[in-house]
Amino acid sequence: MKALTLAFAALIATSVAASAEDFSQPLPPKDVHWSFEGPFGTYDRAALQRGFQVYKEVCSACHSLNRVAFHDLIGGEGGDGFFTEPQAKAIAAGYKVPADPDEKGDTTDDKGQPLMRAAILADHFPAPFANENAARASNGGALPPDLSLIVKAREGGPQYVYSIVTGDGSPVPHGFKVIDGKYYDPYFAGRNISMPPPLRKDSVTFSDGTPATVDQEAHDVVTFLSWASEPKLEERHRLGFGVMLFMLLLSGLLFLSYRKVWSDAH
Amino acid sequence: MSGPSTYVPKSGFGRWMDSRLPLMRFAHDTIITYPTPKNLNFWYAFGAILTFMLGIQILTGIVLAMHYVANAGLAFDSVEGIMRNINYGWLIRYMHANGASFFFIAVYIHMFRGLYYGSYKSPREVIWILGVILYLLMVATAFFGYVLPWGQMSFWGATVITNFFSALDQIVPHLGSAIATWLWGGFAVGDATLNRFFSLHFLLPFVIAGVVALHIWALHVPGNNNPLGIDTKGPQDMLPFHPYYTVKDSFYVALFALVYLAFVFYAPNFFGNPDNYTPANPVVTPPDIVPEWYLLPYYAMLRSVPQKLIGVLVMAGSLLTLVFIPWLDTSKVRSTRFRPMMKQFFWLFVIDCAILGYCGSQSADATLNLGSFELPLVWVARICTLYYFGFFWVVMPLLGIIEKPKPLPANISQPVLSPAE
Repeated sequence: MKALTLAFAALIATSVAASAEDFSQPLPPKDVHWSFEGPFGTYDRAALQRGFQVYKEVCSACHSLNRVAFHDLIGGEGGDGFFTEPQAKAIAAGYKVPADPDEKGDTTDDKGQPLMRAAILADHFPAPFANENAARASNGGALPPDLSLIVKAREGGPQYVYSIVTGDGSPVPHGFKVIDGKYYDPYFAGRNISMPPPLRKDSVTFSDGTPATVDQEAHDVVTFLSWASEPKLEERHRLGFGVMLFMLLLSGLLFLSYRKVWSDAH
Repeated sequence: MSGPSTYVPKSGFGRWMDSRLPLMRFAHDTIITYPTPKNLNFWYAFGAILTFMLGIQILTGIVLAMHYVANAGLAFDSVEGIMRNINYGWLIRYMHANGASFFFIAVYIHMFRGLYYGSYKSPREVIWILGVILYLLMVATAFFGYVLPWGQMSFWGATVITNFFSALDQIVPHLGSAIATWLWGGFAVGDATLNRFFSLHFLLPFVIAGVVALHIWALHVPGNNNPLGIDTKGPQDMLPFHPYYTVKDSFYVALFALVYLAFVFYAPNFFGNPDNYTPANPVVTPPDIVPEWYLLPYYAMLRSVPQKLIGVLVMAGSLLTLVFIPWLDTSKVRSTRFRPMMKQFFWLFVIDCAILGYCGSQSADATLNLGSFELPLVWVARICTLYYFGFFWVVMPLLGIIEKPKPLPANISQPVLSPAE
């Protein structure tokens, strides 16, 4: 269904692109490839770590990641993540979350500020803004969406998100008027986006020495966000392989039984 | 086919039970010795496939209900909790969500098969009508189920569908709105609506299971139709259901499950709408509200009529029409194999439904680019809607009179031996 719609959209979009001056439709997403594509796809661990760094140092200034807990970051035995437990604990400790009431039952200090404590593995990533109104007030009236499910919640999935973050701030074509306070992004519906171009060269410094180009940062952060949307993908692919083998074997045996039973039927 | 029972209890307990509650005799006569025409092909396996899918949906559904929270503030989070925190929750939910789509794939093939081979004709009218009731129950169940994750498409789909009733305001002022308010349990789709939809979504599958029992009972009285559409003449035409059809159906069920599970594991969101991964928001309307794929043809018919009440009536009529098929088809010949004109109109009807589905998936103002000419899709949908009704109300009654069917074989054993057409 989705693939069909996409193919149609691409068809229509290419005919639109040929007529050049029509800005009413966004461009089709860029064709990007991912380690997690296909029936044997897995998340590239190094890309996940770098992508997490991009989220933490860039995206998280405005975007929440409400559905991901720090313990989700733990990988290896029984975990879907990509850090060791001590690493995940250290990452959690770097965040502040609202504390339990103190011995007087207060949740705020003498100045009326909420009591905070360091996060632990069981906590979820704290949101950058207290609520929707606060988020809108800081972002020119626009609401930065939560990123926990962003890859599954957009037509085009990872390709779309990649195109949005790399296409934001593209040179404005002749004849297109960008709305005041917005930015030009040819991949976004209406092509006016409220998000300032999020990634620049060397926005982050990767500890593994990977050059931090915009494409690299985008590719890594979209890998991380795909993981955040679908952390069970690898388990699904692994189990699916066994199930497919079993079903093929079962179908084969049932076919032979069917032929055997029916051999005397006519 | 009802006949003398050949069941012989083998144990003392068996004899004791048999004279009190002959459950084993019933099972024996129903699934072991039931005489079945020997020429049933692949398309007849979909009854077993549907039974299998109903079982899958009930089993996975019961597990999901253990973890799901029917509350407007918590429903979306609870579904994401199932996906992330419950052991194999992702598997159960993807099986259930894709199971709905594959249930409908199977039921549509089953229905088209019944149409093609004339399985609704005397003496099988009641089987067909029970089937239409089952289909309507499935549509209702699927609609209620789609609302439960409480994503954007859940919420807005529920809003659009329940608003159909407000079209009745055009007949009796306030009647439709009153019905809509009563259905919602409030003045808009909200927490009360979600709770009652969950209750009904849990209830209806068991109603379906009950009607399935009637459907099979009604089938076992006259016995199966067959691809030739001619009556079976005696034991030489028949095979006992077990092991012949139990093994044949098992093979096709396994094949169907293979394809179904390939989607569960490798393309679990293929049939879904991305908007339903955004929590329901009553103040933000998605740019395009589309139902699930299996309801798109009806959606296209609804939108092809500019007047809301008539649109709703056309949609309801398209479903209600199915009940009358046994009497609309005037031909004495059951199987389309021997009806050269019907064959063409039948396949045109299948294509018609597919085009209607496509029209329903596009935005209301979409056009078809034919070089220099822009054809609004709504006109395509109008033509297809006309053919949908025309097929049943004009073509079916007329063909029985003007069509000259091919000669029918004398019995089903004869063409079984010669190669299939």
